[in-house]
Amino acid sequence: MNEAELTAHKHDKAQLGFWAYLMTDCMLFASLFATYMILRNNTNGGPAAHELFSLGFILVSTIILLTSSYMCGLANLALHHNRRKEFVVYLGATMLLGAAFLGLELYEFGHMIAEGHGPDASAFLSAFFTLVGLHGAHIAIGLLWAGVLVWALYRQGSNFDIKRKFGLFAIYWHFLDVVWIFIFTIVYAMGVAL
Amino acid sequence: MEWLIGRLDWSYLPSDPVTIGAAIGMPLVLLFILGAITYFKKWKYLWTEWITTTDAKKIGTMYAIVAIVMLLRGGADALMLRAATAVGGPGGTKLFDADTFQQVFTAHGTIMIFFVAMGLMFALFNWAVPLMIGARDVAFPFLNSMSFWLFFAGMILINTSLIFGGFSNGGWLGYPPLTELQYNPGPGVDYWLWSLQIAGIGSLLSGVNFFATIVKCRAKGMTFMKMPIFVWSVFVTTVLIMISFPMLTASLGLLGLDRLAGMHFFTSDAGGNPMMYINLIWAWGHPEVYILVMPAFGIFSEVVATFSRKRLFGYKTMVWALMAIMFFSFIVWQHHFFTMGAGANVNAFFGIMTMVIAIPTGVKLFNWLFTMYRGRIKFSVPMVWFMCFAVTFTIGGVTGVLLSIPAIDFQVHNTMFLVAHFHNVIIGGVVFGYLAGLVYWFPKIFGFRLHEALGRWAAYCWMVGFMLAFMPLYALGFMGAVRRLDHYDDPAWIPFFVVSAVGVVVIGIGMGLLVLQLAYSIWKRKTLIDKTGDPWNGRTLEWSVPSPAPHYNFAIDPVVSRIDEWWYRKQEGVEAPKDGDYKAIVLPKNSPLGFLIGMAALVLGMALIWHIWWLVVVAFVGIVVLAIIRSMDDFTEHVIPASEVMRMDKEARA
Repeated sequence: MNEAELTAHKHDKAQLGFWAYLMTDCMLFASLFATYMILRNNTNGGPAAHELFSLGFILVSTIILLTSSYMCGLANLALHHNRRKEFVVYLGATMLLGAAFLGLELYEFGHMIAEGHGPDASAFLSAFFTLVGLHGAHIAIGLLWAGVLVWALYRQGSNFDIKRKFGLFAIYWHFLDVVWIFIFTIVYAMGVAL
Repeated sequence: MEWLIGRLDWSYLPSDPVTIGAAIGMPLVLLFILGAITYFKKWKYLWTEWITTTDAKKIGTMYAIVAIVMLLRGGADALMLRAATAVGGPGGTKLFDADTFQQVFTAHGTIMIFFVAMGLMFALFNWAVPLMIGARDVAFPFLNSMSFWLFFAGMILINTSLIFGGFSNGGWLGYPPLTELQYNPGPGVDYWLWSLQIAGIGSLLSGVNFFATIVKCRAKGMTFMKMPIFVWSVFVTTVLIMISFPMLTASLGLLGLDRLAGMHFFTSDAGGNPMMYINLIWAWGHPEVYILVMPAFGIFSEVVATFSRKRLFGYKTMVWALMAIMFFSFIVWQHHFFTMGAGANVNAFFGIMTMVIAIPTGVKLFNWLFTMYRGRIKFSVPMVWFMCFAVTFTIGGVTGVLLSIPAIDFQVHNTMFLVAHFHNVIIGGVVFGYLAGLVYWFPKIFGFRLHEALGRWAAYCWMVGFMLAFMPLYALGFMGAVRRLDHYDDPAWIPFFVVSAVGVVVIGIGMGLLVLQLAYSIWKRKTLIDKTGDPWNGRTLEWSVPSPAPHYNFAIDPVVSRIDEWWYRKQEGVEAPKDGDYKAIVLPKNSPLGFLIGMAALVLGMALIWHIWWLVVVAFVGIVVLAIIRSMDDFTEHVIPASEVMRMDKEARA
């Protein structure tokens, strides 16, 4: 194999490996969703989902996260058209919106804990904090990852294989969106409705 | 002080004589080894050739070494357990107290599954898969090194518990609420939990790695249906690993949150549901036993075809049988707790699905028998292991089908009958298979064969010892002996337990013979040398390269056009490569980061067990920083020029 083929092969392997990893992550979330579904009515005499969640608040953070994902898509497009400046702007927007989402989540968590509805109050709350918190932790890792990408791009300039590395980040970021849609539906919407 | 050292305290030093012996012995052995390395000035060699290596074959060898050492440890545990029950009858004596007994059976199960069976499995994956598919290495060599060091970190954690703090008393799967803080506040359960969590993440990453390797790194022309069956079995296993291991991560993670953050997933109060844990962990646990046994099926498929000098009978049915087992293994987990009370219909469903698995498994057994039929069979050591396996595994399968009937299961649930059944399939299937695989591929990795007669005697001892140790347990199960019992009142049980203990001693002799075989073969390596690279007259690509396999595996990328490519090529006459055929080779560079990440994970585990919060933060940040450093490095490979490849290849073939 010549050099171009080797690079393509390496890219190919990384792409498949990363998809496979995401599927394992999917199974991790699936386990937590199942646990949440089993434990969601075990409120230990404390408040149930419909007494805790406000759909308006969650709708705002959902829109923020989806917009972040949209920005990530625009960044990917800009990168493929070699518009580097545009790319940095869109990536900045992606990160900013992601951070805003995480901030809102932490505010929600803090608020609940302050009111005495922390993760140690009931099985339902344990499952809630863990499922939503795991998604939040993924967002935090994504922000760190994006930060490292920006730093490397700044340091290494055009030597840095940003297209390949950003491609993987983009898949990850969209994946977290999909997981959030399930959380929005199963935890929040169903929690308020049922 | 508590902020600095958490709950570390002198009172956690062992107090009973058995544990004190081990606690003094283990560090001494370790000191002796470290001293020997220093004395012979081998640190640099160890660092450059082994610790930082990204070569799959060497990583496989390290897995094998850890697994064999752990086999001896787990075997010693087994000997203690059966010694205790042999003398623990009415009027007998107590060898050690009940809590120690519980720790010993927990350690035995945990070590044998996670560090012996999984270790041998990854050893054989690393040794054989890249060579069999004509690849230079796995898809992600660095990840492979990291996976090994995570496995290693888990192994160190589990053995540290012996010296300081004690181990879990909750059984190998750590059922809550017994393993919750309320009933088990000490560090024992935490040792178990974090050891498995760290090793489990290593296994998960290995699963992803070998999946990508098989999908993306096969030789030109090797379509899926031309892969050796062992590679197929590994492929199916990696899919099982990727789907099931996240569930292990989740179950252990949630139990860890219960214990560290006071949550209530599986507690008996505040709405927790212990049965949720048992469902989750068996949704991993049942696929796990197929993860262990399917590679053994693959090994026997290679062994039987090679030593019968025949093409494997029913290649396609083998593949479909593997796929069927893969699918069904996910919808049987509830048969581990029919007594939960899920109702007759649910139990019937899981019972029938369990019985169905016997069909593809039976197909495989008949395929092996038909492969042998009219073959020119050579009863070399791997083939002896196969004969032992064929008998033992069939008995184990039959008792498994018996257990799958819920009405019968209610009678023998959690009795010695169950213990006999799963040892029957795990020893008879997994262990025999992996030991056959070790003997089979050993010459390819080290360049000399293992001693034949000693290997055969080891197999006979294992076989006889197995029958003596476990057949009485079936009877005991019917007589009402429950598992995990350290003393009993029924004098009728005594002879059965005594015979069983004798059986364990015979298996112990078999283990001793294995170690002796290894030592003697190393001593006599000049006479056992494999000059041809093809000691068994093999059929697949790994036998086309010289032994020991060079670090680049193939000097020239192989091209494949059929199943058993190497067998047919030998019959057509192998041509020596021409000078112009050699091309430059790209290989992964060594990296210390896999080792460092493993060590940081070890520190993280220790800090979590002993509640040293500042160290948790430091170790976690360390792992993140090391991962970032690795991701920044774009120059992870080096090139060997064509002329150098030619020189090395000619030297290896001379």
